[in-house]
Amino acid sequence: MVSTPNIKEKYALPEGVDLMRDVAIIGVKNTKYGELWNRSLRQLVVEAGIGAIEDAGVSGKDIDALYVGNMSGGRFIEQEHIGALIADYSGLSKNLHVPATRVEAACASGGLALRQGIMNVASGYGDIVVAAGAEKMTDICSSEASSALAAAADREWEGMAGATFPGLYAMIATLHMHKYGTTSEQLAEVAVKNHRNGAHNPIAQYKNQITVEQVLNSVMVADPLHIFDCSPITDGASALVLVPAEEAHKYTDTPIYIRATAQASDTIALHDRRDITTLDATVVAGKRAYEMAKMGPEDIDLVEVHDCFTIAELCAIEDLGFAEKGKGGIVTAEGETAIGGRIPVNTSGGLKACGHPVGATGIKQAVEIVTQLRGEAGGRQVDGAECGMTHNVGGSGATAAVHILSRDR
Amino acid sequence: MSVPRFWRSLGSRYNLEGTHCTECGEYYYPPRDTCVNCRRLGKIESYKFKGTGEIITYTIIHTAAEGFEEQTPYALAIIKLDEGPSLTAQIVGNPKEVYIGMRVKPVFRKLGEDGERGMIYYGTKFVPAEA
Ligand SMILES: [Zn+2]
Repeated sequence: MVSTPNIKEKYALPEGVDLMRDVAIIGVKNTKYGELWNRSLRQLVVEAGIGAIEDAGVSGKDIDALYVGNMSGGRFIEQEHIGALIADYSGLSKNLHVPATRVEAACASGGLALRQGIMNVASGYGDIVVAAGAEKMTDICSSEASSALAAAADREWEGMAGATFPGLYAMIATLHMHKYGTTSEQLAEVAVKNHRNGAHNPIAQYKNQITVEQVLNSVMVADPLHIFDCSPITDGASALVLVPAEEAHKYTDTPIYIRATAQASDTIALHDRRDITTLDATVVAGKRAYEMAKMGPEDIDLVEVHDCFTIAELCAIEDLGFAEKGKGGIVTAEGETAIGGRIPVNTSGGLKACGHPVGATGIKQAVEIVTQLRGEAGGRQVDGAECGMTHNVGGSGATAAVHILSRDR
Repeated sequence: MSVPRFWRSLGSRYNLEGTHCTECGEYYYPPRDTCVNCRRLGKIESYKFKGTGEIITYTIIHTAAEGFEEQTPYALAIIKLDEGPSLTAQIVGNPKEVYIGMRVKPVFRKLGEDGERGMIYYGTKFVPAEA
């Protein structure tokens, strides 16, 4: 997996000798995603965590570390110190004292929690590590939730000017339309496809199919984005179990290997970007991931991208090399990103239909790829899927995390 | 937003005061104390922007942020100032008349407010330069 040129040079290691270990996923679990008024954050994460541990066939006393992606416990449920809370209620604290760390990067918190878990195992520090993500968003009213989400952008220089989170992505959409001729209908096709996929995902928040007309006739939130162009507010948790690749077959016949973990940053404010319609953090994280896996976009069988808004999915497939820049809308309208198409995108239903509990999303994306690569995705299965990618974004693109997962080591 | 937090950036919000790196020539608004190009080696001084610029992209906000509810629908834009940097601001007037490439200039206006008895924030919005 990861070759580490700096360490290699420092210790003058011979070519081919790697200080890092390959890593595999041996257990996964999502809770139901949706408005789960009778479930608390701790209940959700414990359900996901214990489910992943059971799926992996390991025991709590074997766990060396826990990472929890969570964007805004403080705003959503007035609770910080989420790592400790989750370890405690998972039974990992009082007797076992397992180190537990919360990871925050807005909507990319889950993707970064996964990356921290991978680096822990790869470094040799831990042998069995749980990476989880969770958000409980529906305990506060939707305007308070929107305000909490807007904190992923620049509060002083975007928020104070009256920017909302949909407003920022709407400005990306306006320019994408202006430069490339992308249409509202093409944006709507993203939502239609993701609802079609979500209908086959038992955990999805929305299982109803929608039409282009319904999207276009839904309430305008920030022109040109309608409410059906936006991902919803969701409660949910996801978790997975990581082990060294050489140990993976002890636990399962179908380990899924981490072929690449990559991350990149960009300016916090949209107005400071090199190009408003390109997420450079996505481009760079994607490039780093392809290099690490020694692969290209043509080697990927399916991808879970960060479709917090329909325009975000178009930018993502362009920036990751699955469509030419500016052609995301055309490729989508022609069905190339549908299941059965050239490159299925968001088979889980994506953030749009499966739901977007912000801290959980990056983990859920990996759970979906694992489920697909194991061949356990039922009505949304991509036939013969060998290799998948996840793409998780924080804010309007200030953080991006990209992972490549494969059945082959 | 707290009073001190708003007060700290008052000069920038009222008068479009930003910064300029004399080492590489880059202009910064919102102001930065560290040059993105030169980092530690940059020489930053304050700079008052002319305020004129061009709309790069925009949206019409229908569901407002907290404190902006009374202003909907309002046009929000990314404006590239003539000196180079871009900022996010509202465009005053009929939101339907906003377009990409429109020349704009700054005006002093109420930005938003914190609740019914809360503080009212003033700052810079933009209007068409021809108007
Ligand atoms: Zn400089």
